Amino acid sequence: MDSQKKIANGAKPWIEQSEKPFIRISNLTKKFGDFTAVDRVCLDIYREELFCLLGGSGCGKSTLLRMLAGFETPSDGHIEIDGQDMANVPAFARPTNMMFQSYALFPHMSVEKNVAYGLLRDGVSKSEAAEQVADMLKLVQLSDFAKRRPDQLSGGQRQRVALARSLIKRPKLLLLDEPLGALDKKLREETQFELINIQESLGVTFIVVTHDQEEAMTLSTRIGVMDQGEIVQVGEPHEIYEFPLSIFIADFIGSVNIFMGRVSDDATNYVRIHCREADCDIHVSHGVSCTQNQKLWFAIRPEKLTITRENPRGKYNVVKGIVDEIAYRGNLSIFRIKLASGKMLRVTKSNRSRRDEDAISWDDNVYISWDDTAGIVLVQ
Amino acid sequence: MSFSANKATFGTLIKRTLVKRIRFRGRSLVIGIPLWWLIVFFLIPFVVVAKISFSEAIIARPPYSSLLEWKEGGFLLLKLHFSNYLYLLEDSLYISAYWSSIKVAFFSTLIALLVAYPMAYYIARSTERRRNILLMLIILPFWTSFLLRVYAWIGILKTHGIINNILMSLGITSEPLVMMQTNFAVYVGIVYTYLPFMILPLYTNLVKLDNSLLEASADLGANPLTTFFKITLPLSVPGIIAGSMLVFIPVVGEFVIPALLGGPDTLMIGKVLWDEFFSNRDWPVASAVAIVMLVLLVIPVMLLRNAQNASRAAST
Repeated sequence: MDSQKKIANGAKPWIEQSEKPFIRISNLTKKFGDFTAVDRVCLDIYREELFCLLGGSGCGKSTLLRMLAGFETPSDGHIEIDGQDMANVPAFARPTNMMFQSYALFPHMSVEKNVAYGLLRDGVSKSEAAEQVADMLKLVQLSDFAKRRPDQLSGGQRQRVALARSLIKRPKLLLLDEPLGALDKKLREETQFELINIQESLGVTFIVVTHDQEEAMTLSTRIGVMDQGEIVQVGEPHEIYEFPLSIFIADFIGSVNIFMGRVSDDATNYVRIHCREADCDIHVSHGVSCTQNQKLWFAIRPEKLTITRENPRGKYNVVKGIVDEIAYRGNLSIFRIKLASGKMLRVTKSNRSRRDEDAISWDDNVYISWDDTAGIVLVQ
Repeated sequence: MSFSANKATFGTLIKRTLVKRIRFRGRSLVIGIPLWWLIVFFLIPFVVVAKISFSEAIIARPPYSSLLEWKEGGFLLLKLHFSNYLYLLEDSLYISAYWSSIKVAFFSTLIALLVAYPMAYYIARSTERRRNILLMLIILPFWTSFLLRVYAWIGILKTHGIINNILMSLGITSEPLVMMQTNFAVYVGIVYTYLPFMILPLYTNLVKLDNSLLEASADLGANPLTTFFKITLPLSVPGIIAGSMLVFIPVVGEFVIPALLGGPDTLMIGKVLWDEFFSNRDWPVASAVAIVMLVLLVIPVMLLRNAQNASRAAST
């Protein structure tokens, strides 16, 4: 309970050296024939974290989750949960529970019986199980549906039954496979916060698999980005977003504009990048470990670009372009700007006033500028 | 069973087809062909049998009296003999034959289920390539005559047959076991013959079983045995019912297997029927036996169907 308060209050056990990880995954590999689904994954997850495994389809995130649950046997490597090695522990004896992507509710049982299933397998008496089930159904707001069968429920209700069923045994670790994938957008957003509340109130460690980067950002304490079976970056949501380690990650999380260039001036406290695509030099006001004339990439998020009609008259970090496309999204507008080099830039501008007399329109000449610290320099 | 459903809609279908002019559209053609098939090959023979069962046995050709008779003065006389049905009640042979047929059918269905379930389960859980090979092997015996296969069992079970020869040459038994012309042989023959009819519906059901349900059960702490009894078995009940029907119903009326493999004490209604028709030449009583058998089978099937429909309606 202590550490729960700590994480909820913004403590970060993954930074402190003294903290012992709750789940230790070391060198975990899974091969299906010639295909390596999970490739030497090492990961430490701490008690009461809400950890998201994020990646495109086929990146190995579900296989990793299934190995944690015990449905797949690792080809190599170890899993340790709360100090216990899981190598010879079958799925039914593991201190984990899983919420399936398809929910996998037992179609021949009522909601009540579905939720009670896990308790009864542990030899909990019927009356006590009934009590706990009632409490759990209250938590997920399904008390009125206890007698219904899964096929009489809506998608959102089924999702909550699945959650209740996987939480009833108070597992040390709850594994969630695309838990919100089958819900529509509005319901998904509501449920995300419900999920966080439930996780915080019960103090269970969650590992969530998702391909939806927004979902990962909203839910998680930390995100592990996966690509081709490997974990390519682990970090808090803002680290992943603002400090991606590679072009792949920058591109996968959110949208990004990427310039390729060469270092033209490498000083201790700034770097200047010559970029043909941008027809201006890019000035970065912090040191980067690179060498003169090295090829690298400069990535900048659309919301960090400023779009104006007048030339802001900076020496660097200003490019001229023509508005090619505008997408009005209500809260913000997305501009596609064509530069002289032919490169397209994506710029977002929040719509702060209800009426804009001087709105930027199609084919207008505009200037795009950004701060010295707004972008990320990437070498891979 | 499909034929009972067809029977239920029979009256309405006939009315509709006869009242309306037959329109040669695709729809009426599609419904019409099986309808006429059923009328010609099911309903008419059934009516004929029913008619004979109400007549009287006479020594003539055909060996029964006609129901309708013209009397002087333009009377049309309809004579219905219920005596054939009453006779079935009087002679204990028929009741015990019915009872013993149902008993044999019940136990053969049970044995077939116990043998077929693991086989169907294994096939359903195999890889797709192996699955097709195994299904092929299940269906393969149908390509040879059923009669020949039953005769083959005589060769296996008889006093100096394959089994006894092996047992005696190994010194396990000193005298041949008596297997032929016993109820044991009848059970062996029936279970062997009807096994595919149990396996196929069970397989069709089990192959649809969502693997994630089994994983969810394991995940919630159920060992494989508990998972089987709590998840797999309840979800395969429709397959069990379908397979049991396909075995039970024909076995009740089975004639060939008890006649070839059974002995004098094997009492089954199919055999009684045969004797009544061909040895005794009492067609009316034989017809009554057939009608009673049909009623005995159709009523429980219809009740079961109604119960299933009711439970389905209650759940939605």
